[in-house]
Amino acid sequence: MSQPPLLEVSHLRVEFPTRRGTLLALDDVSFSIAPGEILGVVGESGAGKSLTGSAIIGLLEPPGRIAAGEIRLDGRRIDNLSPAEMRRVRGRQIGAIFQDPLTSLNPLYTVGQQLVETIRTHLPLSGTQARERAIDLLRQTGIPAPEARIDQYPHQFSGGMRQRVVIALALAAEPRLIVADEPTTALDVSIQAQIIALLRRLAREHGAAVMLVTHDMGVIAETSDRVAVMYAGRVVEIGPVQQVIHHPAHPYTRGLMGSIPVMDEDRERLTQIDGAMPRLNAIPSGCAFNPRCGEVMPRCLRERPELMSAGATRAACWLHDAGAAA
Amino acid sequence: MSPVSDAVPPLSAWRRFLEGDLWYSFRHSPVAQIAALLVFVCAFCALFAPWVAPHNPFDLSTIELADAQLPPAWLPEGRATFLLGTDDQGRDILSALMYGARISLLVGLAAVALSLLFGVALGLLSGYAGGHVDAFIMRVCDVMLSFPAILIALLIDGVGRALFPHAHDTLAFTVLILAIALTGWVKYARTVRGSTLVERHKDYVQAARVIGVAPLRIMWRHVLPNVTGPVLVLATIDIAAAVIIEATLSFLGVGVPPTSPSLGTLIRIGNDNLMSGMWWITVFPGAVLMILALSVNLLGDWLRDALNPRLQ
Amino acid sequence: MSHLVEVQDLAKIFDVSSPWLNRVVERQPRRFVHAVDGVSFGIEAGRTLALVGESGCGKSTVARLLVGLHAPSRGQVLFDGQPTLQTLASSQARNLRRRMQMIFQDPYASLNPRWRVKDIVAEPLREHGLAKDKAEVSDEVEALLRAVGLAAADAGRYPHQFSGGQRQRISIARALATRPEFLVCDEPTSALDVSVQAQVLNLMKDLQRERGLTYLFISHNLAVVRHVSDDVGVMYLGHLVELAPKAALFESPRHPYTRMLLDAIPDLHMSGRARTPVQGEVPNPLNPPTGCAFHPRCPHANARCSQERPRWQSLAGIQIACHAVEEGRL
Repeated sequence: MSQPPLLEVSHLRVEFPTRRGTLLALDDVSFSIAPGEILGVVGESGAGKSLTGSAIIGLLEPPGRIAAGEIRLDGRRIDNLSPAEMRRVRGRQIGAIFQDPLTSLNPLYTVGQQLVETIRTHLPLSGTQARERAIDLLRQTGIPAPEARIDQYPHQFSGGMRQRVVIALALAAEPRLIVADEPTTALDVSIQAQIIALLRRLAREHGAAVMLVTHDMGVIAETSDRVAVMYAGRVVEIGPVQQVIHHPAHPYTRGLMGSIPVMDEDRERLTQIDGAMPRLNAIPSGCAFNPRCGEVMPRCLRERPELMSAGATRAACWLHDAGAAA
Repeated sequence: MSPVSDAVPPLSAWRRFLEGDLWYSFRHSPVAQIAALLVFVCAFCALFAPWVAPHNPFDLSTIELADAQLPPAWLPEGRATFLLGTDDQGRDILSALMYGARISLLVGLAAVALSLLFGVALGLLSGYAGGHVDAFIMRVCDVMLSFPAILIALLIDGVGRALFPHAHDTLAFTVLILAIALTGWVKYARTVRGSTLVERHKDYVQAARVIGVAPLRIMWRHVLPNVTGPVLVLATIDIAAAVIIEATLSFLGVGVPPTSPSLGTLIRIGNDNLMSGMWWITVFPGAVLMILALSVNLLGDWLRDALNPRLQ
Repeated sequence: MSHLVEVQDLAKIFDVSSPWLNRVVERQPRRFVHAVDGVSFGIEAGRTLALVGESGCGKSTVARLLVGLHAPSRGQVLFDGQPTLQTLASSQARNLRRRMQMIFQDPYASLNPRWRVKDIVAEPLREHGLAKDKAEVSDEVEALLRAVGLAAADAGRYPHQFSGGQRQRISIARALATRPEFLVCDEPTSALDVSVQAQVLNLMKDLQRERGLTYLFISHNLAVVRHVSDDVGVMYLGHLVELAPKAALFESPRHPYTRMLLDAIPDLHMSGRARTPVQGEVPNPLNPPTGCAFHPRCPHANARCSQERPRWQSLAGIQIACHAVEEGRL
């Protein structure tokens, strides 16, 4: 990767102080996204993937806060900006797409008003120019008859159409990075396919990088270049998407891939990982996966593994420690 | 396969309460603590009035006209035995307050209890049955809401007196409690109906239907426990309202019978004597009424915020 | 071949008109949604039929019609030869309810949050008088919890103390309490994480084998359906469009909608199938298209498709409703 990364997250730590003690929701999360790249962030509920997205956009729900680490966008730190500065970064440099298109759009304003407002907030365009751009964005996202539909209200669009509008909104100010949090989960399967194809195409065309957060590996397989697998607030594996899917190095990733039913295979039994992801107030010491791991070693209970090279990917697992005896 | 649940054994109800969010919220809310203290003091004095009060103001044998119209103890003509003074008949104000608060609280609590029962039952029925039953009950609610509470109470009270002109005291009390109850049931019905509409469609109710449980049993055992949360808050605040309505009615002379004066009756008696300069006969009952209503309201407010998961 | 469950021309129409007053004042007509519009199929004992489709296709409504949560507007359901609608209204209702049970989608809403697990699981036992005394109830509850992979100590806890996957296990335990023969499963794993889903699906398969259960499995996830089912029925806007044994449906889907659906699934293994681009969206059920409901999105539609509703018929070992297939064009 010769280009400097667009987004660089280093040793991010997010805490939630509660009256029963401080919960560690994200623990030493590091990854980077190159310009124009699509990084999928996958994990199950409670793994912290949505939280990572929120931290990057600067929309962490209090009392959650960034306790340590850095987030750099284009080399410049964004995790310690004032709310006003962050507001300028959000929208202009970072676009966001959330899961529920129904609540992402203000029902009281037309689609055009919302688009134009976003455009004019971040770009020096006149009202007419902004409207032209809005119509063009709607056309790019595949909404038929955009000149007519631009003056309609969100409730007049179907679910899939609404999500396209949300994508148009996210792209409105030509952001360099788009954070998409479960953009297709609330949509029907046939619409999902349309939306993820659209997202991928538009990202390439506009040269934007995408951080795609989802629990659906199939969506990641179709869109992403690389994928980061999260577990209990940590990144346990990261690498090119085909490698992670077909040659997973971390036992959790292996279990995960094995438990997903696939279309073109007939399996008698799905691979099952016994137990459940630990709650935030009960994360085991050492490697967080050790209670459920089929290949656990004594070392795993004491020392927490960092991401290390494991073939074509990087995995946080002592099995791949090149320097130690197995 | 190894079970996935925690190894901690289930705790007793008392321990769970102590470690729960409600107790925590209470411990950290000075307002709630003060309000609770005031309510407790009033309730204690009211409940144990016959033992706590220095005199019995309604025992005619202990009252002497010579003691009448004495000001509070700290004023020049006051006497220590009558801490807050006496009224024009020689009754000790402090004791009258305690007995009065007793009547007021009794009527208030009974009225709220009746109101609650009626309102919750109708609300459950309305929400669960839906259709015409729901429409009918809601229209009745709408009609009742268009009348001011006092007016309804006066109406019922008036009708009661007209029907039973030589009513005994207990009957008068019953009519009064009924009157106040009928002013307040609508909010319970509406709240419970709203919650019932939500719960009714949840899968656990559907599961009970698939098992074959009868609708009444579902309403009683499944839905009711889940809709009582907001009712508790409403009831607490309603007690204050009921006490004030009763005081108003008694002040107007159509409330409790004169042989068992409540705080409202005392205020009225005091009001008649205000011009003579005996301010203490009105002010103290008024102050107690206000403190009682305020404390109960504050407690209700705290309860509502403490029980609201979104504010945590 | 006798079917344990047989459905004949089942339909359910919901009246979604505005209230009477609004209709009169605003002069609006009555409006109806044909959630299920003439569905027929059969399930043999011991097998699993999966019903798939996107939102609004009516599969959940079919599930509820089968267990008696809704009364059908038309058609009937036969359980072991007996019509369920009449049975449920008669004195035999108890018996029928014992033999069929349901598992719901939302693990958070399907258990009463104020009840302890032991009461939740024991409710069917108590309701049907299947246990003599408290000790027997307790033993039975314990046995059921262990059968679904939970511990006996879990009986004293409340639902909120469990995770989603564990709650679904409790739901399964409750459903098994009356030793039913037929289980209707309405998207039982859709709300669960993938690894938890694997646990629950494996459990359901084991239970089916051990107890000889018959399943109707509702899902929108074709990969899951591939894993659990023997036969698969595809629904669209209230109609069944294709019903075939699993292998036949996945390897050679006949109906254009089935093909479109199979093509649209994001593919984990990127097997590089040729894809037909997906068009359009599911139409508004209040205003369904004339003729075949799928014709606006179908690449093979002709004039007949927009006028005449295709017949549900058996063709070469499968059942299908499509003019193009009937005419041999596909």
